[in-house]
Amino acid sequence: MEVKPKPVQRKPLEWFNLKGKRVGFWAYVVMRLSAVGLVLYLFLHLVILSQLAVGPAAWDNFVALAKSPAVLLLDVVLIIGILAHGLNGIRLTLIGFGLGVPRQKLMLWIGLILTLVFGVLSALAIFAETK
Amino acid sequence: MKLNLKIYRYKPGSEPHYDTFPVDVPETANVLDAIERAWDDLDRTIMFRHACHHASCGSCGLLVNDQEKLPCVTPVKDYGEGATLKIDPMRNMPVITDLAVDASPIYQRMALIGLPIIRDAETLRADGKEPLPEGLEAFRRFENCLECGLCLSACPVMATDPQFLGPLTLAAAERLLAEPRGVDIERIYRLVDDEHGVWRCHSSFECTEACPYEVYPGEAIMRLKRKVGLRKIKQFFGGA
Repeated sequence: MEVKPKPVQRKPLEWFNLKGKRVGFWAYVVMRLSAVGLVLYLFLHLVILSQLAVGPAAWDNFVALAKSPAVLLLDVVLIIGILAHGLNGIRLTLIGFGLGVPRQKLMLWIGLILTLVFGVLSALAIFAETK
Repeated sequence: MKLNLKIYRYKPGSEPHYDTFPVDVPETANVLDAIERAWDDLDRTIMFRHACHHASCGSCGLLVNDQEKLPCVTPVKDYGEGATLKIDPMRNMPVITDLAVDASPIYQRMALIGLPIIRDAETLRADGKEPLPEGLEAFRRFENCLECGLCLSACPVMATDPQFLGPLTLAAAERLLAEPRGVDIERIYRLVDDEHGVWRCHSSFECTEACPYEVYPGEAIMRLKRKVGLRKIKQFFGGA
């Protein structure tokens, strides 16, 4: 009797399955999520800029909304996303050219620490403006 | 040492599920010993691949608590008394039954580049007591590769691209380019410089983390990217 193996199910969601994975994979996931977030932000940014064409009142309404704590928090998330994606992108570019490959994990941690430091500093600066 | 083995079960025609087997093994046992104890004492229908019991054949690879391991050299004491070990077959390969996967994705990929780790005996040594062959400044013994397939299982890209050459093939290709031994390196370059080749790797280094020997496939892929990238730049400017 022929035995048919259970076929492999190719699931894109496996890209986000963190079970048993290590720090390099976490960076892989963050890279993808931040990329999607930044693309969505780009379109949101264009939609917001289109308010300028609607008129001064529409723009003033947006500026009032942009100063609300919830939107300012989104600004902090945006900055953290840019830092995480950009710094890891520099790491990936370097190791893709064979530079610093033995220290790729150290570069990852340095990028993470810089993201957190500048993320916190950005949050402090943004929310200090509102006081 | 008492353990619970929560083993993935699949028989063709039935739904996959887990069965839990309590086993008692010596503290010095490895996970493969524990699986064999469950098979020996509790259920002779548990199917799993194994042969040498000392990390030489590479046939017993599987997941222990969702991480790729060679169970023949994975001590049970790493998990502690009374632990429950979840045992699954390797990812990204068809499951024949229980923990036994169809390993042909491993061998098909190695055949693509001409099975480079099958080679004649030689005197190349890493201890510095003998000079390296002319043209080599350093080398890493890719022959450490057991072809266990744990890197293919761990690679997230393999989860979505069945045509991806995979870490072991790309590492073997890099090894061949470093020491061609008469192979047609143009063919190797054409094979790896492809959307399913070296450029598909997204540098998560899970392959290196999973590798039970010192093959470092992730690092080898980065060296390969550099080689292929520099070659393309040279070709763009009219070089060979």
